Amino acid sequence: MTLWDHLPVLVVIIPLMAGPLCVLTEHPRAAWIVALAAAWLSFAAAVVLAAQVSDTGTISYHLGGWEPPWGIEYRIDTLGSYVLLIVTAIPALVLVAAKESVVHEIPESLIARFYGAFMLAFAGLAGIVATGDAFNVFVFLEISSLSSYALISMGRDRRALTASFEYLVMGTIGATFILIGIGFLYMMTGTLNMQDLAERLPAVLETRAVRAGFAFLTVGIGLKLAMFPLHLWLPNAYAYAPSAVTAFLAATATKVAVYALLRFLFDVFGFEFALRDMPLDHILMILGLAGILTASLVAVFQEDIKRMLAYSSVAQIGYMVLGISLASTTGVIAATLHVFNHALMKGVLFLALGAVVYRIGGVTLRDFAGLGRRMPWTMASIVLGGLSLIGVPPTVGFITKWYLLLGTLEQGLWPVAILVLIGSLLALLYVWKLVEAAYFEPVPEGAATVREAPWSMLLPIWLLVGANIYFGMHTEVTVGLATQAANELMGLRP
Amino acid sequence: MSPEQLLTWIPLVPLLAAFGVVAARANPDLREGVSIGAGVILFLLVAGLAATINWEAPPTLVIATPVVGVSLALTPEPLGMLFALVASLLWPITTVYAVGYMRAHHEQNQTRFYTAFAVSIAAAMCIALAGNMLTLFVFYEVLSISTYPLVTHAGTDKAKRAGRVYLGLLMGTSIGFMLLAMVWTWSLTGTLDFKPGGVFNDEVSGGVLGVLLLLYVFGTGKAALMPFHRWLPAAMVAPTPVSALLHAVAVVKAGVFTVLKVSVYIFGLDRIEQMLIAEWLVALAALTIVLASTIALRQDNFKARLAYSTVSQLSYITMGALLGVAAGAIGGGLHIAMHAFGKITLFFCAGAVLVTAHKAKISELDGIGRRMPWTMGAFTIGAVSMIGAPPFAGFVSKWYLLSGALQTEQMIAVAALIISTLLNAAYFMPIVYAAFFKPEDDGHGPATHGEAPLPIVLALGTTALLTILIFFFPGIPLSLVQQMVGG
Repeated sequence: MTLWDHLPVLVVIIPLMAGPLCVLTEHPRAAWIVALAAAWLSFAAAVVLAAQVSDTGTISYHLGGWEPPWGIEYRIDTLGSYVLLIVTAIPALVLVAAKESVVHEIPESLIARFYGAFMLAFAGLAGIVATGDAFNVFVFLEISSLSSYALISMGRDRRALTASFEYLVMGTIGATFILIGIGFLYMMTGTLNMQDLAERLPAVLETRAVRAGFAFLTVGIGLKLAMFPLHLWLPNAYAYAPSAVTAFLAATATKVAVYALLRFLFDVFGFEFALRDMPLDHILMILGLAGILTASLVAVFQEDIKRMLAYSSVAQIGYMVLGISLASTTGVIAATLHVFNHALMKGVLFLALGAVVYRIGGVTLRDFAGLGRRMPWTMASIVLGGLSLIGVPPTVGFITKWYLLLGTLEQGLWPVAILVLIGSLLALLYVWKLVEAAYFEPVPEGAATVREAPWSMLLPIWLLVGANIYFGMHTEVTVGLATQAANELMGLRP
Repeated sequence: MSPEQLLTWIPLVPLLAAFGVVAARANPDLREGVSIGAGVILFLLVAGLAATINWEAPPTLVIATPVVGVSLALTPEPLGMLFALVASLLWPITTVYAVGYMRAHHEQNQTRFYTAFAVSIAAAMCIALAGNMLTLFVFYEVLSISTYPLVTHAGTDKAKRAGRVYLGLLMGTSIGFMLLAMVWTWSLTGTLDFKPGGVFNDEVSGGVLGVLLLLYVFGTGKAALMPFHRWLPAAMVAPTPVSALLHAVAVVKAGVFTVLKVSVYIFGLDRIEQMLIAEWLVALAALTIVLASTIALRQDNFKARLAYSTVSQLSYITMGALLGVAAGAIGGGLHIAMHAFGKITLFFCAGAVLVTAHKAKISELDGIGRRMPWTMGAFTIGAVSMIGAPPFAGFVSKWYLLSGALQTEQMIAVAALIISTLLNAAYFMPIVYAAFFKPEDDGHGPATHGEAPLPIVLALGTTALLTILIFFFPGIPLSLVQQMVGG
């Protein structure tokens, strides 16, 4: 075996090893270099993997050479390779911007450990995507969760501690539910390998144990996903975490939870059972819509912009849940596309907020007064990211809306389509509050002179802005991958 | 250049001009030179395309393919060609005017102004040449956003509130209604191309078609059909060159242009004629014509009166499109051009009075015609054209609209056309009378100003001249709109 054959595991191992290494350096700069190098290596591995998968189809990697279902299998299919691209690209970009903002926001003695936790969270998220083993999902979930609790608690505001604790309680309940669910499945089938589970489950689907396991798993993942009404931990966690952490988690953590949901609902249980026999399609549709509308509405009234965007994230998760609930190819395409597209837009927005925190020190609406003139590039990126959030063409947000609307109209669900559009208009309201503050409010009296953010922050922000527009116009890659992934999930082979 | 190359350069020229304006920001003369030069080049390109195009096999430019099966593509079509010709001809003239206006008025942030202006023109060109509904929608939104900084140019609280109404109504309707209609059309027919005779087959039920037509017409907020017209008077807070080119020509015409395209190429005139809902919409357009004219009558603010007049005139075009007969569509298409020349002249005059005499109210205009003979002379030409009297542009299109209304026996449309002609006279003629025949008396002693600055007079003189010329030579616009309805 050459090195190329080990890529599925390398994507996870590289950041996992980089974590302890960062701590061992005990030096802020060195830790940053280690983290950055590992992130980019892992991203490169994900790119090569995606190319391999599209060339040769699903890759199955046997850990330690043990045959599944006895050994642990890493399994990368189209969906996996697609989500891995996001999960590795975002931290690679965030880490570029993090250099300045972390020095600014984290006490120097903690920086090396900060990067250590960051890389562990990264490894955990990549692991969830790469593995084909249900128990492994739980393990990686805990790795990523525990390290994110630590990361959030490092926020400058003391409220970060309670936010982190809240998340810890909710996250632990979620993880426990997932563990119980997996336990039930193991009890009934005697296997933990997902492919194997999918083969054995149909025989025992009618048992109460499997159904209970299904319920535990769904609620557990729903908690990690921050699916309405299980989202209560998210706004505080995002608002008080260090800027780099918010950008990283907002763009990746919930996406991975969506991935896990798709994996279990469509691959392990099969969507016929999960969304039709268990009436989860109706439940998810109602929860998704409720999430879109209530969270958008709450976002409109937020004064703290980080909280506003956190609520917006809850709403955007609603779009993904809604797409899944349609249980159609178009719906799944919309959901998987939005996983990617939402990572791009929230990446821009939270990184730009990081730049504002770096220069101004706060991100309430008042801090934005007159910022359009003082930080023109940062604000322009927020406007473009905001337009993408609203779904204005030609940005990626529009592409998602298109497929989501198409999915609802295909099934004649025009009231749902209208609610989706109302969600877009609510996004217009909260994004425009920000625009008006930045461009119309005068600079407050006696405010310190503020310069534009450093280029190390602007570069990743504008790379992502470019991606927002490029992938809004050229969708061969994203829609192509999403379509193929949806076909695989729906059990259709192209 | 080949038609394909011309088509590529048409959106690129104003876009490059936007970059040029930013690059030349240190030198105002050079900066405005870039805008004017780009305007002239753009018009030559559009005219070249119109002259050399073969309508049997029009060139196509695919920009990108955002969703499977639909691309962002530019394909010229007769009506769009007409819209592009009008907008590109008036852009350099407006820029000449803007040079006089913005400097005489000591406006701030002129670089941002000219940049946003150029981007808006690029968007308008792409709307005019859009090869399918998706492309039209995309650039429709780009136009809404790129004009936002122009509307809120002053940066005051009033401008901010106007900006909210502007963007709220335009994007609210387009995202809420038009996007829904478009995706629905796509899911029903699998195409968003503009096809003569429409894209729907007979399997689509009449009820669905009716809802779709409502969504399309109300989704086109830029057509300013009541009750979604409030953004247009609000947008008058912008500097006058913006009101003149964008809110009398490019933006509003993009709206009615969309309505025409949807009626002719998405639904097909024959189908429209049979739809009950279209008759209701014609009645609503008739109501808008009369109501907006009545409101215009009561406005003392010069630009507000012109804005309500625009609301009323736009509904002529919407009505023409929804009559569902060739004559109506021809009248509507012609009115895009005819109204443009007249109304831009009127706005130029309002701006000229504002910067020269610092008067924004109609009640203050007594006797001003003797101090500003060129300006008010041009105003008279524009006003008579609005009323629709020969020998000015407005007559030709009104003729077709009236014959279309008579042909379909929609008497409410006929009545609206006649009443509004009277109302037009009632709100424009007193201005002309006051300017030339009333004695000058503003209570502040004798005024000292003379005629407006030269660039302003040049611009408004040119557009007034065009208003007359196009009555005597309506061949180009007429042949283009007849081509559209396949005649």
